[in-house]
Order: sequence, then C-alpha cells, then structure tokens
Amino acid sequence: MIDPLYGLLYIFIFPGFLFLFLYALFLAFLDRRIAARMQQRVGPPFFQPFADFIKMLGKEVIDPAGVDRAIFDAAPLVALAAVMTAFLYVPVTGNSPLAFQGDLVVVLYLLSLPTIVLFLLGWLSRNIFSAIGGIRAVTQLFIYEVPFFLALLTPALMAGTWSISEIVVWQQKNLWFIFLQPIGFIVALIGLQAKLERTPFDIPEAETEIVAGPWTELTGRRLAIMDLTIDISLVVGSALVAALFLGGPLIPWTVTPSWLGGVIGFFLFLIKTLAVLLVLSSIKVATGRIRIDQLNDIGWKYIASASIVQVGIVLVMNYLWVYA
Amino acid sequence: MPEVVVSIGPHHPALKEPVNFRVIADGEKIVRLELDLSYNHRGVEKAAEQRDFIRVLPLMERVCGICSHSHSTAFAKGIEEIMQLEIPPRAQYIRTIIAELERMHSHLLWLGVAAHLIGFNTLFMWTWRDREAVQDTLEEMSGNRVHYGMNEVGGVRRDLTPEQLNAALARLPALEERVNKYVVMVNEEETMLIRFRGVGRLSKEEALRYGTVGPTARASGIDYDVRKDDPYLAYKDAPWNVVTDTHGDVYGRTRVRVWELQESLRIVRFCLENLPEGPIRVPAPKNAPKGEILSRYEAPRGELAHFIRTNGTDKVERVDIRTPTLANWTSVAMCLVNQNIADIPVIVAAIDPCLSCTSRITLLDNHTKKAGIISFDELVRRYRSRNPEDVQP
Repeated sequence: MIDPLYGLLYIFIFPGFLFLFLYALFLAFLDRRIAARMQQRVGPPFFQPFADFIKMLGKEVIDPAGVDRAIFDAAPLVALAAVMTAFLYVPVTGNSPLAFQGDLVVVLYLLSLPTIVLFLLGWLSRNIFSAIGGIRAVTQLFIYEVPFFLALLTPALMAGTWSISEIVVWQQKNLWFIFLQPIGFIVALIGLQAKLERTPFDIPEAETEIVAGPWTELTGRRLAIMDLTIDISLVVGSALVAALFLGGPLIPWTVTPSWLGGVIGFFLFLIKTLAVLLVLSSIKVATGRIRIDQLNDIGWKYIASASIVQVGIVLVMNYLWVYA
Repeated sequence: MPEVVVSIGPHHPALKEPVNFRVIADGEKIVRLELDLSYNHRGVEKAAEQRDFIRVLPLMERVCGICSHSHSTAFAKGIEEIMQLEIPPRAQYIRTIIAELERMHSHLLWLGVAAHLIGFNTLFMWTWRDREAVQDTLEEMSGNRVHYGMNEVGGVRRDLTPEQLNAALARLPALEERVNKYVVMVNEEETMLIRFRGVGRLSKEEALRYGTVGPTARASGIDYDVRKDDPYLAYKDAPWNVVTDTHGDVYGRTRVRVWELQESLRIVRFCLENLPEGPIRVPAPKNAPKGEILSRYEAPRGELAHFIRTNGTDKVERVDIRTPTLANWTSVAMCLVNQNIADIPVIVAAIDPCLSCTSRITLLDNHTKKAGIISFDELVRRYRSRNPEDVQP
C-alpha cells in the first residue's frame, strides 16, 4: 500500500501531470529544433510550444455548422486523459508505484485512444477533408497496430510478465531487449512513428492533400488540447520504448542512498527518451509522406512479418535458453 | 464508400493559386475531375494595347512572378523582329544569362514545391536555400530578385561589369555541386521514387494529342524545345542538349527538370565566360511597321507564344499571350483519372502550373448559378449597357 500523499504527488506533480506537461512541451520543442537544424533552418525558441499552447487556449472556439458540441468538446479531453493516465504506469525514476500485472496492456490500450478520438473528430466535423482524414487515421491504425503490439509484447513474452516495471527489472538482471530483440525494437520505433502520425506516416493529416485531416475543424482550446495530447503521446511512447527495450531507469547495481538511485534513474530516463526522440526526428526529416495504399503494402508485407518473425524467435529462445 | 466530391481550391493549402478542381472520388481513387479555371482576369492583354512599347515591357514582366524575363523577352523579340532590328551579341548573351538563371530558380522552386507536396520538407528547405544563390546573382546583375527589368526594345538596359561576372562565376561551383546532388537524390532517394514513379503517366501519343509543352512533353519523350528547334538569343552558340526522358510520369518530369538545371548551368557558365564585347543596345525607332508576328520562347514551364499585331504606330494593335500552363492543363485532367487522392497535388504540380499567367475570363452568374465563357463582343455589349456614358464613338 502506498502513502496517499506520495500517490497524489506522484500522479499530479512528479513524474505525473505537471512534469509530463512540461517535458512534453520540451520534447516538442526539441523535435522541432532538431528537424529545423537538419533542414538548415533556425527553428523555434524553447518556449514556443508553450506559447502556442497558451495562445491557442485563448483563441475563439468555432463550431462548424451542425456539429454536436458536447462530443466535439469532450473528445480531445478524453484523448488527453487517456495518454496522461498511460504515463503513470511507465517507469520514470524507478519502478512505478502503481504498477500491476497487465499494465502493459492497459498502456497500449490507452495509447490507441487518441487515434480513435481523431477518427471520431473527423467523422463529427461534417467536413470532407476531416472525414477522409478520419478514415485514413483508422485505416492506418489497423495497419500499424498489429506489428506495434506484437513488437511491444515480445519483451513481456520473454520476461514472463505483463508488468512494464517487472520487464525493466528483468532487463536489469539479464540484458536489454534491444540486444535480445533488435527486430522488435525497429518495428516498435516504426510503429511509434506511425502512431504519432509523424512523417512518413502523417497520412491522416497530410497538409497538402486534405488540409489537416481530422484537425481541420479544430479551433481554440480543442486544438490546443489535441496538440498537447500528441506531444504527450510522444513522451509516453518514447518512455515506453525506453523501458521495454533500453532497460528503463534502472542500473544493474544498487546505489546508496536510495534517493541517489532515483536521481540516476531519472537522468537515465531523460537520456533514453531523448535518444528515442532523436531517432524519431531523424526519420521524420529523412523521409516524405507515403500513400495509404503503399503503407498497407509495406505494413502488412514487411513490418507485420518482421514482428511475427520476432515472436517466433522469442518463442524458440524461451524454449532453448530462458526457461530451459 | 459512395462517391464524394472533394473541392480543391481556390482556397486550399496545397494549391495557392486561383483555380478550382472538383475531384469526384470513390474512396481514395479519383473517378473524374472537373476543372474550373479563370477566377482571375487581369486584362493584361488589353492594357498592353494602350501603352507604347517602352511601357509594355514592364507590364509584360508582371504577367508572371517567376518567368518575368520570359514574357518581356518574348515580347521584345517579337517587336524587334517586326522592326527588323538585329540586337548586339552582348545584349543577346546577357538576355540568355538572365533567362537561364531564371530557369534555374524556377526549376529549383518547383523541385522544392514538389518535395513539399509529398511531405518531404527537408528537400524543400534545401532547394529553396540553394535557390538563394541564383537569386543573389540576379539581384547583383539587375537590382531585383524577380522582376529584373533588363529588357528593352533593341537590347538590354544594364551592362554587366567584370565584378558582377566574377561574382556570378564564383557562385557557380557550389551551385553545380548542389545540383549534382539533387540529380542523385531524384534518382535514388526512396521516398521520392515511391511517390513519383508511375504517378500521372502520360504516353508520348497522349502528350502529343493533348498538346503538352516544355518539361511535361519532354518527360514523355517528345524532343521539342524552342531553344533548339527555333534558336534565338545565344542558344545556337552555347553547348547544351535537349533533355528528354521516356518515363512520362511525375518521376520523368522531375528528372527532366533536374537535368535541365545542369544544362542551364552549362549555358550560364558558357555565356559568362564568353561574353562578347560591344554595345548592349541599338537605338530602336519609335513606331513599328504594320505586321504580325508569333514570337516563341522556351519559358521554364514550356513554350511561350506571344502573338503580336502592329499597325504602324508605337502601340500594338493586339497581343495574345499563350502561356505554357494553358497548353498543359488538359493533360493534367487526363493524368488524374484513376489516381489516388494523395497524388492530386503532385500531379497538378508536375506541370508547374502558373495560373496568374493563364487566367482568362469566366463569367459566373450569381442569379442563375451558371458558369461559362462569353465572347468578346458580348463582354463589350455588357460593359456598354452598364456604363452608357463611357461608350466611345
């Protein structure tokens, strides 16, 4: 049983909502800055995502004609709540105090919600661009979700647990999963890029084709909250990949005093999420957008096959070595 | 999913030009396309009839922001031919230098836009950065980045100093290196290959039937370039080849344009190094004799034709501008059928449309909701019925 005060602090201040909010905006800045420097641009100052967020909160909210306002207002909040909750189960300084068997499945489920919300927004907007974008979003979901889930569940398969924190502990005792399951790691990164709808998978919001897809009719605080949702998904996603494949915040030996271990763990968390971000940003800069039919081909032919091969390899390794 | 109508333009982030496409799509596939041109009539041709030749040239430059030199050269060339003026070689070389620099900045701009349309923003930023070198050169030579104001009837208005020549030559090696890199990128970069190959294919026969010009035609294997087939300025002296490709799709059009960048660089280098000495203009008479001429010019987007009729005064009686975009429009509507919605922007952009040059009048009746084209006489009749005091005898 955890101390209620500690629980509240954990959920609301650190590493919960407040830290998550600031870190998400910082990662958004870093992502834009890295991309800008690679493209020989100057890029935004560090407070730009924050300024954008505040500015958009203050902007007028426009309701498209014939839209159900209540659902239109609630949908972005549902998405935001889902990804913020997901973060509570991801290890940051050490193991999450809220961890339980099966939290990996819950996190994956919660991370899928923003895409469903985007589809809903697209469908509700009564706008042809939004509708096409929403359909693309959900089509894309069916393509990347299977390999992404398989890739993230293979560490659980080898560690023999459904808890993210226990998978991290398993890696502390043995070896990082990036070395044991390199194919799964690559598939997870690709899946994460697709989940976050970043180039080359920004098909649902393709600016030059369908304006902004499901985002077209979002204005004011709805847009601000939806933007924040995607920024937070980036943190949760990269933290999840860092925890499942890069050993999370734990180091293989014990440190005294225990608070020092927490500090080291926190810095490891920062370094590992930034490393994942760097890879994701590089993919974004180095590619253009692919078409939805091409994604369908690539996704099912190669990415899904790769993740199934990875599952097969893990099962063989489990039989021969891990549980032998 | 039933057929849906996706309306693209005249206000759309992909297409910042006054045109409207009504794309009838079945899911992601395009079934049919309805084009609605001419939101914007500017009356350039009419305005040209009311100014003398000296004042028409700046007007012609403003037909288009990108190929401003093309329009003023095509017009000046036509008038000089009617007046039977032989402009000095130095003026011809300077016109060629500006023309090819203009082609380079136009093609670099196009490459960036095409990359942006497939979401490849890195290439977009890179090409537009390198385009600055070309624009800086143009600014040094003419004082302006887009409207150069170099032409006048009988020659050019500004001479190039040795310092300007050296500065331009000094910029070329870096530019050549970048252009060579783009040639490699266009042929090997994976995202561009999968988004450009097989998209918007136009066979040689179709390209001929729909009357395409410029890089669009050359990408379908038609060896047609006014600079080679009807040489003007310094193009017969300079060493260069007509670039053609047999792919006929967006990939082919991209390849033709990047290779043309290389050819343009060769022409510019040759002209800068071999600039003849001598005067830069000959005095032109005030009036042009009665005559008709079709002045052809290879603009960055294709063959540009100015039909000019003079009547012995210092004004033209009629000038008609046929821009390359107008020649290429029909091919776009044909290319788009059975393609994906995602490919609309890049197929439309592949002809490098420039609508401000192309737009002619379309009448939209607000009461009957009918759109259509009216004849010139009808236009005059309507004008007079509304402005009875303005009727000239």
